[in-house]
Amino acid sequence: MSEHLLEVRHLKKYFPITAGLLNRTVGHVKAVDDISLTIQAGETFGLVGESGSGKSTVGRTILRLHEKTDGEVLFKGMPIHELSKAEMSKLRPQMQLIFQDPYSSLNPRIRIGDAVGEALVNHGLATKEEARERALDVLEACGLSSYHYSRFPHEFSGGQRQRIGIARALALNPDFIIADEPVSALDVSIQAQIINLFKKLQHTRGLTYLFISHDLSVVEHLCNRIGVMYLGSMMEMASRDELFSQPLHPYTKALLSAIPVPVPKLKRERIVLKGDIPSPANPPSGCKFHTRCPYAVSRCKEEIPEFRNVGGDHFVACHLV
Amino acid sequence: MNPLIEINHLSTHFHTGSGTVKAVDDVSFRIHPGETVCIVGESGCGKSITAMSIMGLVEGPHGKVVNGSIQFDGKDLLRISKEELRRIRGNDISIIFQEPMSSLNPVITIGKQIMEPLMIHQRLSKKQAYARALELIELVGIPRAEQIAESYPHQLSGGMLQRIMIAIAISCEPKLLIADEPTTALDVTIQAQVLETLRQSKEQSNMSIMLITHDLGVVAEMADYVIVMYAGKIVEEGEVTELFERPKHPYTQGLLRSKPIIGQRTEELFSIPGQVPNPLELTESCYFHDRCDSCMDICRTRQPELKQVSASQRAACWLYEEEAQHE
Repeated sequence: MSEHLLEVRHLKKYFPITAGLLNRTVGHVKAVDDISLTIQAGETFGLVGESGSGKSTVGRTILRLHEKTDGEVLFKGMPIHELSKAEMSKLRPQMQLIFQDPYSSLNPRIRIGDAVGEALVNHGLATKEEARERALDVLEACGLSSYHYSRFPHEFSGGQRQRIGIARALALNPDFIIADEPVSALDVSIQAQIINLFKKLQHTRGLTYLFISHDLSVVEHLCNRIGVMYLGSMMEMASRDELFSQPLHPYTKALLSAIPVPVPKLKRERIVLKGDIPSPANPPSGCKFHTRCPYAVSRCKEEIPEFRNVGGDHFVACHLV
Repeated sequence: MNPLIEINHLSTHFHTGSGTVKAVDDVSFRIHPGETVCIVGESGCGKSITAMSIMGLVEGPHGKVVNGSIQFDGKDLLRISKEELRRIRGNDISIIFQEPMSSLNPVITIGKQIMEPLMIHQRLSKKQAYARALELIELVGIPRAEQIAESYPHQLSGGMLQRIMIAIAISCEPKLLIADEPTTALDVTIQAQVLETLRQSKEQSNMSIMLITHDLGVVAEMADYVIVMYAGKIVEEGEVTELFERPKHPYTQGLLRSKPIIGQRTEELFSIPGQVPNPLELTESCYFHDRCDSCMDICRTRQPELKQVSASQRAACWLYEEEAQHE
């Protein structure tokens, strides 16, 4: 077990829907519905899916920012959701989170150097002086300079703020970083800079990433293994090369074909999916994808497909494979 | 063929407490009937403000179109009366915005919102307008038209709302449709649907589309002609295949190289160093010079003009100017 840095087993997270005067629970949004995955030390695991697929909730539940509904999360063999508060706060510095929106994740009134060093002081890992040293260190590692230390967030562009977000996570010297759509809010030319920074930091610091994104082309550049989510369930999981050269699930195929490629006049066989993503409060029966799947047969409506290994660590949940 | 709309030397400035921002700086281009022109650029390059200027939507007192002309149908849109502009907007030229959620009125049914321009511009009766609204909803690929017409915006998903926006925009059969980042807020599978809808409605009515986007993939898929903007200026323009195969301006080259492409993985992505300049601190120079690999002395002191660099391409770069070589 211990060779995995992170192991998630049958994780479920349901949010209650309440209604009426007494706030009675009338249903559940199954944001994460039975997800299992493992992440080895030093690898980058990509979690892809459209909005509402539950990929961010997976990230947050792993960090115990949400309490799980069922299942197990093991970090270095420790069951995260069973730990006491004190044990948990001891563990927190080892796992960090980077958010999507670099504008709203920084306090506008705190100098960025203090924002970067803050967590060190709070966790009692350094004195104020040491925290300052360390903040300068990581700012530099993230491509910022020492004169940026005493500036305020509004003085920075989106790309720079994302670098600050990364520096904040790095300050604690974590082993594991969950990055939740860290480049989606950035322009193309800046996006490339940040992707390269992620790669460089992984090399120099031996980091392990869980990279959450809706953009398959970004994920392909960064991740070793990829999981594709749809409505709270994992549809397909495989190594990068497997997934891109031989996607098995119809949803993965559709996602891949939907991405516009910057080559004009290229005629591709495109699978245009019909309809919208169904509501996670009332997901379709059987295979959740059957309402939009171009190949659906009657069995898909009735039976939930098993998420199974089809060889070479390529997992897929589809009756037709 | 005569162009449908001709924009000459358009400049739109914003006056702020700390100085004047030249959001659109001497921009000229034309769109022919049936053509799709894409304007690409990063945030803050002035692509949306160009669209707003055409529609007469730049709001005072801070923002103002300070120079230029917009010739449409023999009229200069910047110099006609408000009443005339009102007749053109929504009728001959219509616009779709990025956020479908905030562009629709939350307390009016979808059906009524589609009927409104039909009754105002096309003088249809209520009954005729309703029938046409149902047709339009089906045209943009949404089933159960009658039920949709009775629903309110919050009951529909983002992708559906954007298609309703397209339905409203094409309801009066405009000659020009301006689409400002129409798919940016949508998921890829939904984006594919919306782009398909745009393409179909264009084929049916031979309208022109001015598509504003930051996604080069969308450009390659939709455009006939591409305009690349940087810091308020056009840096390069050209026919789409030509521009993607042989980009001339270092900025266009950089943009194309820095986009990760599926199936073409590299160890390190190319990235353009630095960031977009502060629009308040621009001086007489090529605005791209401090991020450019091939920056020369002249780039720091003089601004290059947009000049023909190949049969179908124009670029504003000293690399292609003879003057620069002589100095």
